[in-house]
Amino acid sequence: MDLSLIIMQLFSGIALGAVLVITALGLTIVFGMLGVVNFAHGALFMIGAYAGLYLASLTGSFWWGLLLAPVLVGAFGMLIEFVLVRRLYGRSIDDPLLLTFGLSYILVEGVRIVFGSDGIPFPTPSQLIGVVDLGVGFFPKYRLFVIALVAVVLLALWLMLEKTRIGLIVRAGARDPQIMRVLGVDIGKVWLAIFGLGVGLAALGGVLAGPMRSVNPEMGTLVLAEAFVVTVIGGLGSIVGAVVAGLMVGICISMVALFAPEMATIVMFALMAAVLLVRPQGLFGLKGRA
Amino acid sequence: MTVQSAGEAPPLPQAQRLVAILSDHRVLVSIAALALLPWLLPSKALAVNVLIYGVVVMGYNLLFGYTGLLSFGHAAFFGTGAYLTGIVIGRWGLPWFAAVPLAIAASTVLAAVIGTISTRTRGIYFSMVTLALAQLVYYVALQASSFTGGENGLRGFTVDHINLFGVQINFLDPLNKYYVLMSLAALAIWVQSRILNSPFGAVIEAIRENEQRARACGYDVERCKLIVFMLSGAISAVGGCMSALHLSIVPLDILHYQTSGMIVMMVLLGGARSFFGPFIGAATFLILEDVVSVWTPHWQIVVGAIFVVFVLFLPKGIWGTFLDALPAARERR
Repeated sequence: MDLSLIIMQLFSGIALGAVLVITALGLTIVFGMLGVVNFAHGALFMIGAYAGLYLASLTGSFWWGLLLAPVLVGAFGMLIEFVLVRRLYGRSIDDPLLLTFGLSYILVEGVRIVFGSDGIPFPTPSQLIGVVDLGVGFFPKYRLFVIALVAVVLLALWLMLEKTRIGLIVRAGARDPQIMRVLGVDIGKVWLAIFGLGVGLAALGGVLAGPMRSVNPEMGTLVLAEAFVVTVIGGLGSIVGAVVAGLMVGICISMVALFAPEMATIVMFALMAAVLLVRPQGLFGLKGRA
Repeated sequence: MTVQSAGEAPPLPQAQRLVAILSDHRVLVSIAALALLPWLLPSKALAVNVLIYGVVVMGYNLLFGYTGLLSFGHAAFFGTGAYLTGIVIGRWGLPWFAAVPLAIAASTVLAAVIGTISTRTRGIYFSMVTLALAQLVYYVALQASSFTGGENGLRGFTVDHINLFGVQINFLDPLNKYYVLMSLAALAIWVQSRILNSPFGAVIEAIRENEQRARACGYDVERCKLIVFMLSGAISAVGGCMSALHLSIVPLDILHYQTSGMIVMMVLLGGARSFFGPFIGAATFLILEDVVSVWTPHWQIVVGAIFVVFVLFLPKGIWGTFLDALPAARERR
């Protein structure tokens, strides 16, 4: 087999993995800070794709869609936290999961009512149509852009969490919300913001995936399972884990697609099972969490 | 003189006596209620669906309600039971009474595999892993189309009459079909009741209440979880067998994550941790779907909203909330 083909497939895997990283990161941050698994994450990813598409056609520019969709859907996520999820803090750990699961039904059906059940094509922005010569082969511009943008977002998130005062409060709040409350921090507001951030990341993943996947109301289902696989492999609540596992899964899928296409959707589950048998808490997970 | 002899229980108020009778004779009560179902519901098709989903959800409740393990992948066992029943009848040409035990046995083996991997994890992790592994089963069924019919589902096997110990029963008659399937359901209900009444049934409830304490008491928690996972998968697979016999096709959707979600919704609507909850939940969900889909194709939005309201305000479901309204009934479920 041609070496350049393998390298190109590797790049495709990284692009696919980059979207997975962003999506799984939203899931894992919300879990790490709030202890809530957001079962509506896939549905919000899907809404992000629709919002990006709608805003892009409204403003006539993909870039406005890319910028506004995560912000608006993130704000919607904060509304969800404020109205629904907030009531369940302190109750059984399963309750927020069940609540967001019910919510995903409402969201998916809501999108069906507004946009119909059929898939909608998401055009690649005109500036990013075409391929780039990487020396070893030609690679779609859009996918290169996705990789670069995700890298920038990751860097920004890392700087925010590690280098700013807000990040300090967030990290401390994840460890011990009680102490933060005693220190005079309104932890409720922190949780609200974190939930919004997580949902915003799901929406960003949705907009980025739009031109690469078909946009339809059911697209969130597969994404939810993929995001779960990534967070389970990486370790729930671990940001480094989400990044490593996301890239690993993306590369794995696209490499297997090259040699045995029918196995491509199955391989990530096999990878997850293998990791769990060795490390039930995931690659970067803490022992007590698993 | 009215002297009450020692040891004789004081007379119970009527409502509580009713609950006591229900819980003491739960197998008979369930079977009697199911026997009346086709006459109570507007259509025989709805009754048979309540029967099938009731059994699936009951098996699921063993895991979720009684052991406290929130699986999101029970469609895998429901679907495997259905697919294998169809494959054994259609491809291998064996009779239905050979297909049903084979399908249940194979689903139990699948439950052993998925259970081994997923019970290594705890809490929310468990939900995510069961969902992911069930999706794996879905994609395997989708890809192995020469065996399963892929996207079109399994077709080409027919069950039009059933040989019941020499008696030919016309399976095209809905009532005959209902009562044959009900015999399978009755068996599953009896097995479930036996499991719950056994010492093992007490251990799984202890695990739900406090895993660490159960472990400290000397129970092998991991092994118990695996066994209950397998039993739960096996009982849910009975529902799958019933579904295949009922429809004579197996749609791929039966393995979909939405089916797992539906099972979870049904158990919560009816009330987890109770014997009758699953049947009440299945009936509520299916009747709701029936009623709402008459006036809007988007019935899922209504069902989703009702589910959210239940999680927020009635987490114990219809039956659990009813039992809570009768204080003395609390211990008798």
